Order: sequence, then structure tokens, then C-alpha cells
Amino acid sequence: MCADHTPQPMTSRRRAIEVFLGGGLLASLASFLYPVLRFLVPPAVIDLGGDEVVAAKVAEMKPNTGKIFRFGSRPGLLILNNDGTYRALSATCTHLGCTVQYRPDLREIWCACHNGIYDLNGRNVSGPPPRPLTVFDVHLRGDEIVVNRKREA
Amino acid sequence: MISALIHWLDERLNLEGILAPFKHKTVPTHRLSYWYFFGGITLFLFIIQVLTGILLLLYYRPGANEAFESVQYIVTRVQFGWLIRSVHAWSANLMIFTAFVHMFSVLFLKAYRKPRELTWVTGVILLVLVMGFGFSGYLLPWNTLAFFATKVGTEIAGQVPIIGKPMMIFLRGGEEVTGATLSRFFGFHVAVLPGLVTVLIAIHLFLVQRQGISVPPKLDVQWTANPSARREMKFFPNFMLREMMAWYVAMGVLGALAAIFPWNLGVKADPFVSAPAGIKPEWYFLFMFQTLKVIPSKVWFVDGEVLGVLGCSLAGLLWLLLPFFESDHPARTKGWITGLAIFALAYVIGMSVYGYLAN
Repeated sequence: MCADHTPQPMTSRRRAIEVFLGGGLLASLASFLYPVLRFLVPPAVIDLGGDEVVAAKVAEMKPNTGKIFRFGSRPGLLILNNDGTYRALSATCTHLGCTVQYRPDLREIWCACHNGIYDLNGRNVSGPPPRPLTVFDVHLRGDEIVVNRKREA
Repeated sequence: MISALIHWLDERLNLEGILAPFKHKTVPTHRLSYWYFFGGITLFLFIIQVLTGILLLLYYRPGANEAFESVQYIVTRVQFGWLIRSVHAWSANLMIFTAFVHMFSVLFLKAYRKPRELTWVTGVILLVLVMGFGFSGYLLPWNTLAFFATKVGTEIAGQVPIIGKPMMIFLRGGEEVTGATLSRFFGFHVAVLPGLVTVLIAIHLFLVQRQGISVPPKLDVQWTANPSARREMKFFPNFMLREMMAWYVAMGVLGALAAIFPWNLGVKADPFVSAPAGIKPEWYFLFMFQTLKVIPSKVWFVDGEVLGVLGCSLAGLLWLLLPFFESDHPARTKGWITGLAIFALAYVIGMSVYGYLAN
């Protein structure tokens, strides 16, 4: 219309249209991507394990053996020592997450993946593990061996 | 920065050479040009299907004991899971609808004629495959409606003489519709069909690109007689931008439908309950379903079902080969294919409505 006389408003109008169009497209794109990104995040799994679990029956454990039990969604390791005391620890190696095992010949906890060794208190004594294993409380209830997470002091 | 990257690629790949055909490509402009958009919209909806399908695969688990629960998990626990599933289901239906629209517009605009017979053939095969997508995908949530739809659908396939029974057992993975059927349909839906469809779409688009956009015959005669009347627009960017607008509108319609009318999940399939009253297949199978219903159980000495299935298969085959029945001699071309197209359209719509309303 008035472009011949005043080219300046024309370019600024063009600029405004570009901004609106580009902004609208970006907003649309964001509204498509946002639900997709949220969809990709898996919902948190409810850990029904609680803080306490029956790890084994007294009768099934022999001295100087270990048993892997299920504690929530993770494995735990229960050990019966020769002196009749129990030990329970997290069985997830602190190095790269393999499941550890009790070695009756060494009387230590061993991770087969990268030869990590922990003592019976869960301390990382040799090999690559950076941290000790978490130790759980153990007590007997009738003929059941019950394992608890330690209360935070 | 970007221009430097383009320059780098151009030096190595000769982008100019690759893009040259698109620059010369034109699209005829006339009052029926709008029909050209439907093929593109169908392609767009297929892309949506691939993307949302991949997303659903992150959580879906095939198997009679898990499928329903996993879809339930998607629509109730996963954030925006209901939306992604709803978009997938709506987009599937819209895609089949736009594919039908595209097919009939090609038919009425005579775009199937020489030299485009193969484009028509690949298009009809694509439609069949897309309906196969619909049929196999329908079972995956493992709900009651899907279970019976699959039972009936595969039973119909079993009616074909000689090859019917083995075909049914192949589709079902056994004598009955079970978890084995679900595993197979899952495989067809996420591996076999996507591969076939991708290859055919590539051929279809290559043919369109190679032969250019068809001009309706009457208009072509006028334009040949009077070349100054010819109206065309560049494919890139003019038509491309319009097509993008159409895709954007399709996206809006799809998003609105999916959000306002989320797709139902239904009740978990149980092979030992009776089929619910008023059970019907998806709308795009309704015209065939209704055809089978109206054929009497015995026609002369032939079983009604067998006759219906053979009739439908024969009609499908003739439909596939339609361009080859028309004489390529313009003088001898009569309007019979247009008549047939009108009849087919009226038949499909009429039978679908009849099927929808009938008890």
C-alpha cells in the first residue's frame, strides 16, 4: 500500500510476521517435544521390599556358607559364620554393580567380575571396589532369619 | 556456520546435483489442486505412526499375560502415555481415511493412467499393507474387542478354498487365537509391515518424482491447446510450504482428537467369555464385513462365506489392476472407470453406514 513511500515499516512488518511465525512454530515444536521427553522418563518403581525381609530359615543355612536373598529390588548376602553368628550385607558390588558371593575358602566376600574382595564387615580390602558394602542388621524371629536396614543414627 | 557446513557437504556430495530435480519440479495449479495434498498428509501420518510406535515400544510387552497390563501401565502410569497411545490410534485411523481419500481422488482425476499404472499398483498394495497394520495393531492391547476381531478376521481368511486353512493357522500361530497369535501379530506390526511399507513408499515416491504430477485430462487438453493458460507452481519452496501448512493442520486435528477423545482400552481379553453384543470391526473393514453378512449362507451350491471372500479377493485384484483395463487410446476411452469409481465409492460408504447402523 504505502510501501513505495516508506519502505521502512514494510521491513519491520515482515520482521514482525517472521517473529510471530517462527515463535509459533517453536512453541508448537516445544509442545510436541515436551510430552515425548516426559514419556521417555520411566515412572519410578515402587519398592515394595520395605525395610525388613525374611532372608532365610535357620534350618537352611550351614556354617561357613552364604546365601543371596532378595531385599526389595536388590540382592542381599546372608552369611553364617563358623561361630554361629550371622552377617547380612548388600550384595551389590560398589565397583560396577555385579552381585558378590561368599567364598568359604577365603572367608571373605568376593566379586567375580573384577576380583574385588571385601572382608566380613563389608570393608573393601583389595581389588577395584571404591567403597564398603552396606551392612544390614540381622536377628532371629522363631526359625526365621530377619534382615533390617540399619536405622540412620 | 551452517553455510560453511552446507558448503563442506556440497563439495563432497554435490548437493546441487541431488536437489536439482526438486528445483525443476512443478505442481499444476487448478481448482482441484487441493486433492494433491492427501498423499502427503498420509505420508505425514505414517511418519507420526513410526515415531509414536517407537515410543510405545519402550513400554509395551507382547504376550497374553502382559500385553493388556503393559498398555494399561502406559495409559495410567507413564507420563503422557495416554496421549502418545491416543495419537497412535487416532493417527492410524486418520491415515487409513486419508489413504482412501487419496486413492479416490487419484481415480477421479485420472492420475492412474499411463504412464502412472505402477504408481497406482504400489499405492493399492500400500493401502492393503496399511490395513494390515490396522488389523495387526488392533490386537496388540489384547482386549476383548481385539480378541474377537482377530478371531473373526482370521476365520474369514480361513474361508478361502485350499490355502485358507493353512493361512489361518499361519496367521494365528496355531488353531486358535492365543498368546502365540499376539506374538506373531506383534512381529508383523513392528517388523514385517514397517519394512515392506517403507520400501513401497520409497518406490511410490520415486515414481511420483520421476513422472511428475499428473494434470487432469480435460485440463491437459485445454492447456495443450492454449499453453498460455497453463498454471504451475514450483514444488520447492511454493508447494512444499503449502504442504507443510497442510501437515501442520493435520497435526492440529490429530492432537485435538487425541486429547479430547482419548482412545479406550476396554476390558482384558478372555478366551472363555462370550462375544459382547453389537461387536463390529474397525470402520475400514466394515464394508467388507457387511458384505459378508448380507450374502446368504448358501448361494446355489456354494457356501456364502466362501463366495463372499472369493468375491472380495477378486474385486481387490481387479482394483489393483484397474489402470490396465482402460484403453490408452483417448478416443476409445469411455467413462466406464469413472462410473465404476462412483459405484465403488458409493458402495464402500453405503455398506459402511449400513454396517454401522445395523444390529
